[in-house]
Amino acid sequence: MPLASRHLLGLEGVPKEDIQLILDTATSFREILERPIKKVPTLQGMTIVNLFFESSTRTRISFELAERRLSADVVNFSADLSSVKKGETLKDTARNIEAMKIDMVVMRHAAVGAAHFLTRVIKAIIINAGDGTHEHPTQALLDMYSIREKLGKIEGLNICIVGDISHSRVALSNIYGLKTMGANVAVCGPKTLIPREIGKLGVKIFYSVDEAIKWANVLNVLRIQLERQDRAFFPSLREYRQYFAITKERLDKSEKQITILHPGPINRDVELSAEVADSEHSLILQQVLNGVAVRMAVLYLLGTRSESK
Amino acid sequence: MKYLFKNSHIIDPTTGKDTKVDILIVDGIIEKIGNNLSIDINSLTYDLSGKIVAPGFIDMHVHLREPGYEYKETIETGCMAAANGGFTAVCCMPNTNPPIDEASIVRLIKQRAENVLKGLVDIYPIAAITKGREGKELAPMMELVDAGAVGFSDDGSPVENAEVMRRALEYASALNKPIIQHPEELDLAKGGLINEGYVSTMLGMQAIPSIAEEIMIARDLQLTEYFAAQYHAAHISTAGSVELIRMGKKKKLNVSCEVTPHHFSLDDNAVRSFDTNTKMNPPLRTREDIEALKEGLRDGTIDVIATDHAPHSFDEKQVEFLFAPFGIVGLETAVSLASTELVHKNIISISQLIEKFSINPRRILNLPPILINEGVRANLTIFDPSIEWIVDIQKFKSKSKNSPFNGWKLKGKVFGIFNNGIFHPPE
Repeated sequence: MPLASRHLLGLEGVPKEDIQLILDTATSFREILERPIKKVPTLQGMTIVNLFFESSTRTRISFELAERRLSADVVNFSADLSSVKKGETLKDTARNIEAMKIDMVVMRHAAVGAAHFLTRVIKAIIINAGDGTHEHPTQALLDMYSIREKLGKIEGLNICIVGDISHSRVALSNIYGLKTMGANVAVCGPKTLIPREIGKLGVKIFYSVDEAIKWANVLNVLRIQLERQDRAFFPSLREYRQYFAITKERLDKSEKQITILHPGPINRDVELSAEVADSEHSLILQQVLNGVAVRMAVLYLLGTRSESK
Repeated sequence: MKYLFKNSHIIDPTTGKDTKVDILIVDGIIEKIGNNLSIDINSLTYDLSGKIVAPGFIDMHVHLREPGYEYKETIETGCMAAANGGFTAVCCMPNTNPPIDEASIVRLIKQRAENVLKGLVDIYPIAAITKGREGKELAPMMELVDAGAVGFSDDGSPVENAEVMRRALEYASALNKPIIQHPEELDLAKGGLINEGYVSTMLGMQAIPSIAEEIMIARDLQLTEYFAAQYHAAHISTAGSVELIRMGKKKKLNVSCEVTPHHFSLDDNAVRSFDTNTKMNPPLRTREDIEALKEGLRDGTIDVIATDHAPHSFDEKQVEFLFAPFGIVGLETAVSLASTELVHKNIISISQLIEKFSINPRRILNLPPILINEGVRANLTIFDPSIEWIVDIQKFKSKSKNSPFNGWKLKGKVFGIFNNGIFHPPE
């Protein structure tokens, strides 16, 4: 069965079978990544553009590796949004690139809905690599893949996302994907960083990390974005660290084993203590490796879906 | 020039007139109203069976964009859109460039309007409350009134400073002119693109809470009461705002408010399409807010339906949602949306619809009421509440087509307007 949609714009509304298919396909690619020769000819002849309007080292590299390992031709376009805004519109940029006959666009952009907008102005297959504070579907897919790999399942697990929920595309995509896959989802953070109506998405809310730890099997710890401090969402990093950082002392109070995820890059000793980040219960480096496999799966499923049309 | 309108259903809420008659208009004056007026070979005759003839409609909240933004709209295209939408008059807002903060700009706009369609559509400029719409120093209000301004607003921006607002209310009340506030507490609204609620949570979109609007209205009502002034809240959009105005009216304050057709026709779920024509300020609110707005329209808390007609060019709206300007055009769908969403859904009567499009805005602006009597100048809006049609933005007379209602099937259509001796029939 092919995927329901020809783009991957987000995980909201993506059916369970599709997420399952992506994760299962990623398992096969993950095996390939362990081989000495890590390249397959699957997307030979396809041209993929990585359109990055926001600086992102790891997501772009992860996509690029995934594309190259599928033998696609890869073009990178990185631009600081502020300079782009002065000149060409996104519509014109995208149309110009498309005029050079490309098949797929992977886009990172600061504006919510930018990937959706792109589907209306060009015909290429679009993969959303993060649109503002909305969604980052491949991150959530690789998080789910990593959880499933470590714990054998997703359904029925208690998974809590900790940190700045209001401004996190990782949080939203995780909430949509995990709910679809049958996990129990919670969010935890200072009340100022949690949207007022988040409960309507069917998640539990914790304002205390200790309570969250008591409840959870998995903590997905988000990066605190230091640049948001000008809006005074919380009093200080010191206070955040004292009350919300995930530390060994906090985790040790729990009797069960808690698995730790973080989408990176980590602010060590802000949201996550070094001890925890580097512990055996941290999946952080597996997440990075799995990211390549999951992105290969997405690229493969979308790329071959369009061929069969 | 003689016009004979046969079988006209006149509804005039001012006089309580509600009759089916013929109307003979000679040289712009209603010469005779009666039954079975004989057809004169020299008169243009229209059979208005099924159509309502009402005192001319006025849209008291329109952005004509001239001077300064003629690529979005001009006085000419704006007046044509108004005529097409059934309005014999519009009030143009002062956020032009330069803004309408001195008398010469008021005169310029009025002069330009006289040359459009031979002066078919009356323009009543709303002048800025403060110089440069900066919220600091009062604009020369008396001069502006002498030049033809009918009210004051810094629309697009609120008057944030309470002391400036106090002076504005005091000064304008001596001139019998309303202060029209764009109610928005800017710190709470900062960075917001859509309503704060379930939808903004789902989309991860920066949002504007309903209280950003309500806090400003609450403050203004206190000022209005204390200084016994006249206050009009522009484009209210939340249940809380309706309740505040309702309380103000209970206290017998001289307060009024308006709602736009889009705020009672669309809720914030429309934003989920990321269509930039669903981006406006105030933002589309929730289903519950819409119900409260409708109740406010029904019980008279909301006096006026006004469009906040905000033309933007095609390219300006063909961008990421974040970068798109706020606002949509409204002149050419307003009457039909009100008919569809309010009259045909039994929220208000046709007579109430006429009050909100004609009688009440004129009362708030202290303009003379329009009567449909023999011997007076004909100023009429003619519409058919039962005709169904499909909105096609390409047929708009407005220079801009930024409407979320393209393709909507609406019930109720404007037939034409008559004003200043000219009949502007449908095409």
